[in-house]
Amino acid sequence: MATVGLESKTFEKFPDIVGRDDDVNYLNHEHSVASWLITLDHKRIGLLYLVTITLMFLLGGALAGAIRLELLTPKGDFLAADTYNKAFTAHGIIMLFFFLIPSIPAVLGNFVLPLMIGAKDVAFPRLNLLSYYLYFAGSVIALTALLLGGVDTGWTFYTPFSSTYSNSYVVVMASGLFVVGFSSILTGLNFIITVHRMRCPGLTWFRLPLFIWAIYATSVVQLLGTPVIAVTLGLLGVERVLGVGIFDPRLGGDPILFQHLFWFYSHPAVYIMILPSLGVTSEVIATFSRKNVFGYHIIAFSSIAIAVFGFIVWAHHMFTTGMSPYAAMVFSLLTFSVAIPSGIKVFSWLATMYGGSISFDTPMIYAFGFLGLFTIGGLTGLFLSTLGTDIHLHDTYFIVAHFHYIMVGGAIMGYMAGIHFWWPKMTGRLYSEFWGKLSAGITFIGFNFTFFPQFILGYLGMPRRYYEYPDEFQVLNVFSTAGASILAIGYLMPLFYMIHSFFFGEKASSNPYGGSTLDWTNTTSPPSPHNFEKTPVVTEEPYHFHGKEAAVVSH
Amino acid sequence: MFEEFKWLPEQASTVAPEVDMLTLFIVVVTVLITALVGVLTLAFAVAFRRKSESYIPAPSFGNVPLEIGWTLIPVLICLVMFSWGVKVYSNIVIPPADAMEIYGVGRQWMWKIQHPEGQREINALHVPIGRPVKVTLTSEDVIHCFSIPAFRVKQDVVPGRYSSLWFQPTKPGTYHLFCSEYCGTEHSRMIGKVIVMEEADYQKWLSEGAESGQALQGRKLYTKLQCVTCHTGNAEAKAPNLEGIYRKHIPISHIDGVKIKDGTKVFADDAYIRESILYPNAKVAAGWESIMPTYQGLVTEEELLQVIAYIKSLNQGQTPPRTEETPTPATIQNKSANKEAN
Amino acid sequence: MSAIKETEQDHGQHHHHKDLAHHFDTLEQQHDANTLGMWAFLLTEVLFFGGLFAAYTIYRYKYSAVFEEASNHLDIKLGAINTVILILSSLTMALAVRCSQTGSSLWTGRWLLITIGFGLMFLGVKYFEWKHDYHIHLMPGKDWSGKDWWHWQYAKQAKEMEAHSKGAEHSYPDRNTVPPDNDPKFGVKGIQESQQARLFFLLYFCMTSLHALHMLVGFVLIGIIAYFAYQGAYSPEYYSPVENIGLYWHFVDIVWIFLFPLLYLLGAHMGH
Repeated sequence: MATVGLESKTFEKFPDIVGRDDDVNYLNHEHSVASWLITLDHKRIGLLYLVTITLMFLLGGALAGAIRLELLTPKGDFLAADTYNKAFTAHGIIMLFFFLIPSIPAVLGNFVLPLMIGAKDVAFPRLNLLSYYLYFAGSVIALTALLLGGVDTGWTFYTPFSSTYSNSYVVVMASGLFVVGFSSILTGLNFIITVHRMRCPGLTWFRLPLFIWAIYATSVVQLLGTPVIAVTLGLLGVERVLGVGIFDPRLGGDPILFQHLFWFYSHPAVYIMILPSLGVTSEVIATFSRKNVFGYHIIAFSSIAIAVFGFIVWAHHMFTTGMSPYAAMVFSLLTFSVAIPSGIKVFSWLATMYGGSISFDTPMIYAFGFLGLFTIGGLTGLFLSTLGTDIHLHDTYFIVAHFHYIMVGGAIMGYMAGIHFWWPKMTGRLYSEFWGKLSAGITFIGFNFTFFPQFILGYLGMPRRYYEYPDEFQVLNVFSTAGASILAIGYLMPLFYMIHSFFFGEKASSNPYGGSTLDWTNTTSPPSPHNFEKTPVVTEEPYHFHGKEAAVVSH
Repeated sequence: MFEEFKWLPEQASTVAPEVDMLTLFIVVVTVLITALVGVLTLAFAVAFRRKSESYIPAPSFGNVPLEIGWTLIPVLICLVMFSWGVKVYSNIVIPPADAMEIYGVGRQWMWKIQHPEGQREINALHVPIGRPVKVTLTSEDVIHCFSIPAFRVKQDVVPGRYSSLWFQPTKPGTYHLFCSEYCGTEHSRMIGKVIVMEEADYQKWLSEGAESGQALQGRKLYTKLQCVTCHTGNAEAKAPNLEGIYRKHIPISHIDGVKIKDGTKVFADDAYIRESILYPNAKVAAGWESIMPTYQGLVTEEELLQVIAYIKSLNQGQTPPRTEETPTPATIQNKSANKEAN
Repeated sequence: MSAIKETEQDHGQHHHHKDLAHHFDTLEQQHDANTLGMWAFLLTEVLFFGGLFAAYTIYRYKYSAVFEEASNHLDIKLGAINTVILILSSLTMALAVRCSQTGSSLWTGRWLLITIGFGLMFLGVKYFEWKHDYHIHLMPGKDWSGKDWWHWQYAKQAKEMEAHSKGAEHSYPDRNTVPPDNDPKFGVKGIQESQQARLFFLLYFCMTSLHALHMLVGFVLIGIIAYFAYQGAYSPEYYSPVENIGLYWHFVDIVWIFLFPLLYLLGAHMGH
């Protein structure tokens, strides 16, 4: 093992330098198709995920477009009722299981995690490739279900509708989700072991970048939550095939049991989506403020706290099922406990910016957008954890707006911030800052236009999953649809300038944003096939920004 | 479309202003916090913008009072919201004892409502102003959700069990009734109207076109389904006397065929009577053999509600003779029944 | 100039053990990662079975009497024999791990094959048991009529009636008589109990077949590792594949240790 510099006080750093075309890196050292499709390199697997989930995102986005178009008018005129139901079901399933859950962990986590902890790869590279192919197979099965005729149960698969009454391809879709669930479990397992066992010398737990903490917490949720939904969907499939009443009250089953099992996974799944975004935001805000993250330990622990609390609040999705009022009160109180660590994170980021040296590159603009939207999304959650207001708001557009603020406003803004942040590292190229900032701005404006009116719609009482609605709700729906078209432009723009950048972008230096973590300081852009020339040795806490003039600052 | 636009839904029940007050409180708190975060973000972004490419600011090392502050203050705010929420919630879920009862059944894709006086309606619910109303609900197929935004109440309607919600209308008018739990193709058409009427109008409406009292229909079923053959209410009875048992604690001896401790009692509410009709073996009254056949598949949810309404109205000595075609006891008659007889 | 000369990478800096994958620094690190990985995998497996156990617990509580009676339809003898077989297989697996640690490749392979042998015996017994279950109509599939269940209940009730002999009013058929289709008295312990019993058998088949599936996966993995053991691939320095397959096999064993009392012994106290 390389043991150089254990006693030294600073990183063994590369000079910040722009690579040449003939430098060997992970993108150009092999060219065959097989070298991509059966690669064991975490960086290449990350890119495979990037391409696949982008396609899924486009599909899910197109379905969202169809939904918003239908809701432009109160009467059902663009789609048939059944088609509409299948469209929102497919939108939910694709966006949640095939885009959001794998987005940051599978793309950025795969690419960045080993680089950040000074490892040559994840702990189990073959398992990593298997994860990708399970994801791919799951996607193919799910798309098959859609092509056969789709599923009309909603992504929540509530019984007994899904088990007995729906005449759509529930079993096919459930098998797709079953398979993709195992992809998620294996990715989580791989990352947990990687963080435990693959850290480079000197990189103690409290020297880990916060993105690693976030990915670690996410992986724990993936490992412990996903098997429960897998077995629940399995039972749903068995019930449909054999006609046994596990969840159908006519045959002795309990439909509410399904909801308990479903939300035991699906509430923590929300944290699978948002926690990595919180991690990305910590990295981006620190780097572009050139300051260490305020309250590092508390942010690290709050990631773990959110993951743990996530497992004990599931029944807040079920306040109107007629559950015991006392149980409802307990779950309401527990739900508030998630708000505290989330709030601490937001305030700590503000404190990080205080006294910093803030630059406004594209990732930072996205992070600002994240901060705003996550704050609104999180705070509107208070209306839903409060019992008195939840009864009125449950299953209305308020819920739709709230979780889109968290999952689209939060998770996707974080994902976009991360993609823009690490793009120079992934590709060795810079993208157009002008188009980048413009797309961040358009996304932010379009997003608020789309989803803010839905809060009001929800309070007015418009139920979700309605394809026709009373006339008085039209004004706000028109706003929402108009906003969605702006949002669509914001999301499509990166597709063009990123692809342009990949082929024609200016060469990026190894550390264009002045990052402080190993992925920036000790690797080239793009990294070499085995990441590090020498195993790095870490001797200090993260987020010490050493510039050329670092010496003049005393600390 | 613009003239119909409103910012707030109608406040048409006693709990609606409470819910709106609580909402207003949370809106104010969250808007203040959002504004704080927004203003600070912008202020810091301007004040601490990068002025020199070479400047590296000194790292910060935490600020304990600040961190305790932004942990404890949110905790306190959350506790206030939680307690206030529980208070409003209790008012939403706990019905007053004197609430009048209406029964509803959801199915794909309609609401069927029965009034105790016998009036039946589909996708509409007529209620009088100023009286607490409890709606007991069940579903014939999938899970639905009975939602009246103007009253700020909502209750999932789950097959195989009774659930209920209550409200006290405060304002005459017509309001939306939605199914808000996705239930299949025509989910968005499973809507109806809630019509709040003055008491006199309501009584008038009740008397128009009602077939006969709900309990009276239940009484017919009681004979038709042969309940009366065993539950005769006299010495020859092969089954317990059902007179006056409603909402009493009655002793039972077996649960699911298993002998249980002597003296165990069960509360004979709607759910218990329903269970005993569909699953006679579930909780067997003490001193009786479990010989009753199940009526699963033989009665509809609506008929069950009628039988329950009848058992509810059944007082001492009122069980009809086994072969009677005689007039019904006066206590369960109502205006509509009289009208029918006339 | 910043390009890393790949050929000079770590491989050049220190000697690599033949069993050490390129991305690990030491054998110890590799061993720790593999073992921890297997434990994490078993944790996810616990929750996977946990969903089924949760469903079982809820319905066991809700329909306790029917579940206990349904449990009596399973063959305790075969279940007990299988429990012994599986415990023996765990012993041989432990011996295989021990042998790999002491460097006895030959015996590692042998013990592994003996473990597979016990596993096959288990599945053989299970095969005949399932076949029997099928013949006495315990399969909870679409053709579940509940008729056998009713008849069984009916006969039992008749027997109890004889014992108590409460009067001529209730006349029950002889226990060997198949009850007529439309007798409303079936309802007494009829439709709903039959569906509850069906739930029990569904959970029984789901849990035991998921368990059997884990054994089949185990056979393949043990087979591969036994092959490598005969090739002399493992040494006191490098035996983590054997250790990990051992952990997996013990987990499969423990799941059965839970399944046996929950499914087979549940109704045994009722004196049948």
